[in-house]
Amino acid sequence: MTEGFVKEKALDKVPENMDKIVSIRDLWVCRAEHAVLESISLELFAGDFLGLIGPNGGGKSTLLKVMLGLIKPDRGEITLFGLPPAAARSHVGYMPQKTIFDSSFPVKVLDVVLMGRYSRKGLMRRYGHEDREAAQRALQAVGMQDRADREIGALSGGEQQRVFVARSLVSDPQLLLLDEPTAGVDSAQQTDFYDLLCHLNRDLGIAIVLVSHDVTAISTYVSKIACLNQRLYYHGSRELTSADIEKAYGCPVEMIAHGTPHRVLREHD
Amino acid sequence: MIDLNFLSYEFMRNALLAGLAAAVLCGIIGIYVILNRIVFISDGIAHAAFGGIGLGYFLGYDPLAFGIVSAVLTAIGIGMVSTRARVSEDTAIGVFMATGMALGIMLLTLSQGYARDLYGYLFGNILAVTRSDVLLILTLTLIILALVFLLYKEFLLLSFDPVYAEAIGLPVQALRLLLLGMVAFSVVILIKIVGIIMVIALLTIPGAISRRHMKGLPAIMSGSIFLGAVFVIIGLLISYELDVPSGATIILTAAACFFLSTVLSR
Repeated sequence: MTEGFVKEKALDKVPENMDKIVSIRDLWVCRAEHAVLESISLELFAGDFLGLIGPNGGGKSTLLKVMLGLIKPDRGEITLFGLPPAAARSHVGYMPQKTIFDSSFPVKVLDVVLMGRYSRKGLMRRYGHEDREAAQRALQAVGMQDRADREIGALSGGEQQRVFVARSLVSDPQLLLLDEPTAGVDSAQQTDFYDLLCHLNRDLGIAIVLVSHDVTAISTYVSKIACLNQRLYYHGSRELTSADIEKAYGCPVEMIAHGTPHRVLREHD
Repeated sequence: MIDLNFLSYEFMRNALLAGLAAAVLCGIIGIYVILNRIVFISDGIAHAAFGGIGLGYFLGYDPLAFGIVSAVLTAIGIGMVSTRARVSEDTAIGVFMATGMALGIMLLTLSQGYARDLYGYLFGNILAVTRSDVLLILTLTLIILALVFLLYKEFLLLSFDPVYAEAIGLPVQALRLLLLGMVAFSVVILIKIVGIIMVIALLTIPGAISRRHMKGLPAIMSGSIFLGAVFVIIGLLISYELDVPSGATIILTAAACFFLSTVLSR
């Protein structure tokens, strides 16, 4: 089944610049004369798995929104797959911070996953056979194929989370943006979830940007780490110096910088 | 049994047609109102529409058409306020609602022979639906049906998860305004039938019951349309036979069914 998924992706028209999928240069976002993002530069390549950490209010969600084309930068350049972000949406899968919905909302799992096809379909066009097949494949990729006909509210938190991953996968994206996807899920399910992300990254070759608070957990899985607090601290690797972290968090943070897993032990008070 | 002779009266045929169209609207729009949690907004729109009805009446034009215009303007106003929030949404609704009612009462009072019609707008009178009302109601119902048919997947996405919807490029703000606009149309139509005060009951009760017993949006909508039709027809017949107010009869029928379904589903 994994193969089917990959094959399907290969048939898609991939824009040029296949290797470099995200290019951000000297990007600024200001709100009320106050810089939220300051001179951000970032390049991502096919197959990257980037963990994006940083304090609350440091601009992590803002950066994702810029990448989704929801916020226009005040300065600087950003392209995804060589396109402006809003035009690249069909190549990008997105999973928002904890999806809040009425648990009795009358919608089946398969229909939830189909929602992710919108970025390919556009307004007023109905989902067809092909879309349903893509939804089935996406559910298979996250191991939820036998839940397709259940109502979404009847699933556990961890299962719902997988369905939302499937929804972000169903457009056959080459890049997944995940905004704190493990919020509100217990730790056993979190481990399963990270394993799932690794599978998507390694076996299906989908690049991932994972925004998280949970530095300890993600540093075991991601291949690159960046720390964001207005400015981006990133060296294109898993290494961040303690000076980076200190600057980003604005206070000394004890951390074990080398050896696996990388760990930030606790913030200084 | 009830004889079918009543259908030989034109006002009864008009009432029946208007009532069935209303049932279709309640079934579809009512579900979206429930799922998007815009019950209070919808009620606000209904009350604000009264200002337009009063103005139309005062100027001697079709009150229903004026009611629709003011309802749509209110819907857009509330929709704008809720995004560019300087005033909180429910405060804005409260202000629109009361202002609309006050304007309506003022303008109707200043017009001739207001008392009978005031009663009609507040509590509804399905038996007073005219042929041109029926045409207007059927046209609006068809437009709304077409919109929901064309934008079904968009409205589902909007109702389920607006944050995600926006992120993947759905024009969330435009669709929300469109939905509020459709609510505005529906609400004015329902005013003719059950009156401003009871609009919200007819808009939400069929959906609330259907949602308990049906699975999946299309089934819930169909169930809701069916229930709405049953309530309107039963209410209409009882009101005709016993000569009691039609709006109240329809709502009491719906409410009885709602409580029965609540008790039975325990």
